[in-house]
Amino acid sequence: MDLSTKYLGFDLPHPLMPGASPLVDDMDMVRRLEDSGASAIVMHSLFEEQIAAERQEAHFLETHEESFAEAVSYTPDAGIFALGPDEYLEQIQEIRRAVSVPVIASLNGTTPESWIEYARLIEQAGAHALEINVYYLATDPLENGEDVETRTLQTAGAVKGAVSIPVAVKLSPFFSSFSNLAGRLEGAGADGLVIFNRFYQPDIDIEALDVVPTVRLSDSGDLLLRLRWLAILSGRVRCSLAVTGGVHTAADAIKAVMAGAHAIQMVSALLRRGPEHLRRVREEMSQWMEEHGYESLRQMQGSMSLAKSGNPGALERANYMRVLQSWRA
Amino acid sequence: MNTIKNTVMIDGNEAAASVAHRASEVIAIYPITPSSNMGELADEWSAEGRKNLWGMVPTVVEMQSEGGAAGAVHGALQAGALATTFTASQGLLLMIPNMYKIAGELTPYCMHVAARTLATHALSIFGDHSDVMACRQTGFAMLASGSVQEAQDLAAIAHAATLRSRIPFLHFFDGFRTSHEVAKIVELPDEHLRALLDEEAIAAHRRRALTPDRPVLRGTAQNPDVFFQAREACNRFYFICPDIVRETMERFAELTGRSYGLFDYVGHPEAERVLVMMGSGAEVAHEAVNWMAARGEKVGLVKVRLYRPFDVASLAEVLPASVRAIAVLDRTKEPGSVGEPLYQDVVTALAEARNDGRIAREPRIVGGRYGLSSKEFNPAMVKAVFENLAAAAPRNHFTIGIVDDVTHTSLPVAADFDIEPDAMVRAVFFGLGSDGTVGANKNTIKIIGETTANDAQGYFVYDSKKSGAVTISHLRFGPGPIRSSYLVGKASFVACHQFEFINRYDMLEHAGEGADFLINSPYGPGEVWDKLPREVQEQILGKRVKLHVIDAYRLAREIGLKGRINTIMQTCFFKITGVLPVESAIAKIKETIQDTYGKKGGDVLKRNFEAVDRALAALSGVTVPAEVTAERRRPAVVSPAAPGFVQGVTAVMIANKGDLLPVSAFPVDGTWPVGTSQWEKRNIAAEIPVWDPAICIQCNKCALVCPHAAIRVKVYEPSLLDKAPATFKSWDFRAADYPGAKYTVQVAPEDCTGCTLCVMFCPAKDKSNPKHKSIDMHPQEPLREAERENYAFFLDLPEPDRTRPRALDVKTTQFFQPLFEYSGACAGCGETPYLKLLTQLFGDRILMANATGCSSIYGANLPTTPYASNRDGRGPAWSNSLFEDNAEFGMGMRLGLDSHRETARELVTRLVPGLPGDLVEGLLNGNQAGEAGIAAQRERVADLKFLLAGRTDPEAVRLSLFADYLVKKGVWIVGGDGWAYDIGYGGLDHVLASGRDVNVLVLDTEVYSNTGGQQSKATPLGASAKFAAAGKGTPKKDLGLIAMSYGNIYVASIAFGAKDAQTVKAFLEAESYPGPSLIIAYSHCIAHGYDMAFGCEQQKLAVDSGMWPLYRFDPRRIEAGQPPLQLDAAAPKIRVEQYMKNENRFRILERLGTDRARGLAAAAQRDAERRFQHYQQLAGLTVGKPPAEEPAKV
Repeated sequence: MDLSTKYLGFDLPHPLMPGASPLVDDMDMVRRLEDSGASAIVMHSLFEEQIAAERQEAHFLETHEESFAEAVSYTPDAGIFALGPDEYLEQIQEIRRAVSVPVIASLNGTTPESWIEYARLIEQAGAHALEINVYYLATDPLENGEDVETRTLQTAGAVKGAVSIPVAVKLSPFFSSFSNLAGRLEGAGADGLVIFNRFYQPDIDIEALDVVPTVRLSDSGDLLLRLRWLAILSGRVRCSLAVTGGVHTAADAIKAVMAGAHAIQMVSALLRRGPEHLRRVREEMSQWMEEHGYESLRQMQGSMSLAKSGNPGALERANYMRVLQSWRA
Repeated sequence: MNTIKNTVMIDGNEAAASVAHRASEVIAIYPITPSSNMGELADEWSAEGRKNLWGMVPTVVEMQSEGGAAGAVHGALQAGALATTFTASQGLLLMIPNMYKIAGELTPYCMHVAARTLATHALSIFGDHSDVMACRQTGFAMLASGSVQEAQDLAAIAHAATLRSRIPFLHFFDGFRTSHEVAKIVELPDEHLRALLDEEAIAAHRRRALTPDRPVLRGTAQNPDVFFQAREACNRFYFICPDIVRETMERFAELTGRSYGLFDYVGHPEAERVLVMMGSGAEVAHEAVNWMAARGEKVGLVKVRLYRPFDVASLAEVLPASVRAIAVLDRTKEPGSVGEPLYQDVVTALAEARNDGRIAREPRIVGGRYGLSSKEFNPAMVKAVFENLAAAAPRNHFTIGIVDDVTHTSLPVAADFDIEPDAMVRAVFFGLGSDGTVGANKNTIKIIGETTANDAQGYFVYDSKKSGAVTISHLRFGPGPIRSSYLVGKASFVACHQFEFINRYDMLEHAGEGADFLINSPYGPGEVWDKLPREVQEQILGKRVKLHVIDAYRLAREIGLKGRINTIMQTCFFKITGVLPVESAIAKIKETIQDTYGKKGGDVLKRNFEAVDRALAALSGVTVPAEVTAERRRPAVVSPAAPGFVQGVTAVMIANKGDLLPVSAFPVDGTWPVGTSQWEKRNIAAEIPVWDPAICIQCNKCALVCPHAAIRVKVYEPSLLDKAPATFKSWDFRAADYPGAKYTVQVAPEDCTGCTLCVMFCPAKDKSNPKHKSIDMHPQEPLREAERENYAFFLDLPEPDRTRPRALDVKTTQFFQPLFEYSGACAGCGETPYLKLLTQLFGDRILMANATGCSSIYGANLPTTPYASNRDGRGPAWSNSLFEDNAEFGMGMRLGLDSHRETARELVTRLVPGLPGDLVEGLLNGNQAGEAGIAAQRERVADLKFLLAGRTDPEAVRLSLFADYLVKKGVWIVGGDGWAYDIGYGGLDHVLASGRDVNVLVLDTEVYSNTGGQQSKATPLGASAKFAAAGKGTPKKDLGLIAMSYGNIYVASIAFGAKDAQTVKAFLEAESYPGPSLIIAYSHCIAHGYDMAFGCEQQKLAVDSGMWPLYRFDPRRIEAGQPPLQLDAAAPKIRVEQYMKNENRFRILERLGTDRARGLAAAAQRDAERRFQHYQQLAGLTVGKPPAEEPAKV
């Protein structure tokens, strides 16, 4: 079965790949992923805050140095502690050495300068493509929606201008006019859109009066939101579309492709079932497609997009009304 | 890259280690200041794969003690390897037994010693020759270096000469003055070192190796018939050794152009007065002699290089025939001897030389002592010694550099004698350890040393405290060679990196005429003058000092460098002094920044660059008025309420003027008053905790965790509040058994270090705004005055009745007065809360034996003493013997106390007819368990003394002397893991096995903290430490389990941050257990590599992950038929990763990313699980008969 697809300009044998996650921090896991047939490796995000935090730590170590005659330092040569982006950049190189599939790095910056600087470093380190992760929570009441969108667009444009490798933008669904933004991002040079980021929602510990981070793995239910927006964007934008969040089974993957995805990023399913699950999903996809008489993946790519359904807006509203009425019934 | 060929800027330790590492195959090490860095460097180089001359990476092993290192070296040598070690002070003493063996067996071997003071009336980490002089009889050859260059060169000569001579060499240089001085030296290339080492001699060493292929036997026992003759058989090797050294020195000179002799003479060719000395002091004398001789004075100096074997002929040869008087200066003291060793050697040598006709007449020879414990030795002192020699009857057995007003040994020294050339730039910088001053200065001398033809020197004086540490950097640049191995006196540049130092230190005493004085000042050029105290203004005008200011903190804040003012101040230094053209200086600073911060990302780099660029614009010159305008003087160092000793001695030391104190100021035997830390108000916290009583739950946990006893709690009668200061806070005490009482949490604003442990640990949150806790941090300065007054009022409130609490727990113990307060420990220290608790619980009735290490340093590093006494004058009696013998030392205390108690009991029995029967019964058999029991016994003893008063019969008099020992006294043996797991383990094991009633507290930081984070056997698997940079590959030694195996030892494993109630319980049980007790206490430490504010959080994670099990093993439970072991923490509920990821010592594994590193992380998990399961099984074991019935629970 021909499962080949094109994502960010890369001809891939199939659309399945691990999404941005700590999975690939472990080189052993990277190799297992490739062995399981991952068509590309997406690395976890390099967070600028993380670099800042590490600098803070380094600063902490420094404050105890050269203070006391018996011990002018307290740790083995501090040079051993690679700091900031170095470690990440080294990892790009290491993954590149270990695997032959495209390596897609991921970045989350906070200032325009840092986005550009780190993007360049990532390109120099040998990443084949870059996913920029616009993980941002607009909590400032003085910042309006237009500002958020403008900054997102400027970031994408600036990064695109700074590097020559393909750039994908990973977004959250929380934009008032997502289609419009998607179109403008493409205009700003984005080679692909990755939908959607999953926000890790903090919980409240009512005993300790603390806010505690929680990690909830996705399930197939999370896919529905993505399917809808893939279906809306497919055919409307020319850039690549990747889905992330909620693909667990071959059926999920098939739906995503039908809705318009060129690439399918999996994290929770692989965390739960191991990297070998990726191979099973691919095999089951093939099998299903064979059973249903498909010749290639491209044949069904975007087949269920709203663009192919005439009046998407009307259809959407009609569906909404139908659902509501079914509840009443 | 260096622009000056072959030169490097390094310190003496690195200079010597660079040779030793290249010339060795096996390196056995053990950390001891000031030699630790040599071992660390060797370990680092081997870890990096740096090879020796023969293309092999030397094996570096850390042993359990210096004795162990010497044994390992001895074995390696016997196996035919080339071995070395590095040590100092007591460590060297521990090697002496092996040194006799190595020498007796004529083994080529060279060791390197950063010579350090031996502990006598006190410990000192600083430099003198008392350690190496204790080895002069071992049969080792001894070669002395006086400078960083020599530390490298003579190291090479020693390694070469030992091979040819077969005599082992001890190469030494002065601790700190040379070991830690950064200087510009010409590097010794590999080819020169290789050319020096005789391959045939190495082959001969290999042929002598013990091998089963050619078996021989060494180490026989010999008897009166042959031992003597056999001992004399080595003589000819010693006879020719000096010649071999001379030839090696000649070969060295051919190779390098640097020439050394066994004795080197410098000075006037017809000198009449000559000094003989060795070490860095000889460099000072060299400088002074050159200056004096150039002015026509007939003076000279003999530098002793080869001290053993002592070559009489060579000494006679170098002495000018004209010499009439000789002064021999020794950097050691041998009380009771005819004179110090070098003096005695020279006297004997010249007497022999005269007898042998080598010299025509014997000059008059006097000896003197100088420079003990790195005491300053400068040209003025050299001049004073020459002046003494010029006298008709020169003083003998004198001292120089101190004022001895008791036995009048000291020579007077002219105050004003500066011989340094004007071309020498001399700079002194006052900074904080945390502000990066020393690091920046090390950069500065590197820049100047490596980019100009100038010689450069840096020497750094550190604080005796580990928190808020002050550093003083002494820098010199100029035409070389710089021989000035003494502190900068007349600086052309003085920098004050912290404005508050203006009020604390006399910085301008270091300033020369017309010096530049740079102040990091929040006040601009227009206002700063008025902020200076009168003394400073007077000095500025008197010395015509040029004043400059920069607000470096504001600039750093604006740039986002958060307190790191180092690059800003460094740039200003270059701008003001002009040692380099400003543009090239800036380019160089930026290069260094690139090297230092390049790895940390562009942002840090950019900020530092910005700091450099903006510093120039922010620097202003100050126009100084013509007259002194200030009325205000520098505030008194200590309060006028302080006792006389504190005023007269402690305060002088606090003000950095301790050098001025005469001999008469000091106790004759090292005995020191307690409770003096309360007089030093350091004000080092930027922010201090502020109490909100309304939401406080009165748990007293803040007081428990405070490492410095700087936040305290009291409960008291409301009427006492009548005289309270206006801002003093108080609240109703919520406890049924204290009706109507008031409660206060009070911070000691000037003693708090701002570590935030209390705030982090505080469980009381505002229900409407959980970010606000019952204690929050607020800026100290605005609160200082009011809180000072509040704290004084608080301290005056009555102490609680210790017998009142029904049970002792976290809350009740914290009302007890801490008798360990305001130590110099690091901010957020994880050890001191345990010690403070110990003193709260039993401080009024214990002796403490403290192993050398962090706890002995913050426990007793002068100027101040943190152990204190209560209002009755009782408190812990504390002492430190050594590092290795602490358990034995404490057991000796127990034996002494027991003997006194038995004596007292015996006397009471003998005096029975004259004493009331119930009193005797009480004295002998009264229950002394707990506070009430102790109080009752004290009353009985008071009654006894009252009855005995006035009696003159000998037994009554004796009983008066011993009566206090009828009150139970505890012994606490305290030390770190380096002591308990490694160097002192044999003794600890013996003492625990003795069954005696001693209590051992191991403050387990899992590394050698005091010497800078070297691994111990307590280091957990996977942690990175010095000597285990890539992660320790073996599990932590389970000291508790080993102790439990005896069955009769109380053992507890505790972590106050994880379970404070268990901590308190363990202390109470250990003290009450009538046999040996061992408490192993998790102590977070800066060497773990994270912010100590999170210390308690990490303790919790350590326990939750199973990395640190909590348990108590109480042999008393065996009697009750219960399992002796109780686990105090549930099964691990998180993975060890969650604990490890927060500490840099573990994170290195992640960063190394190697298979080994991943393997270690997994092994750490498995080990934690295994250990817990093991304990779980043990906790189910009962010994002997099971209980007939479960005893009723009360």
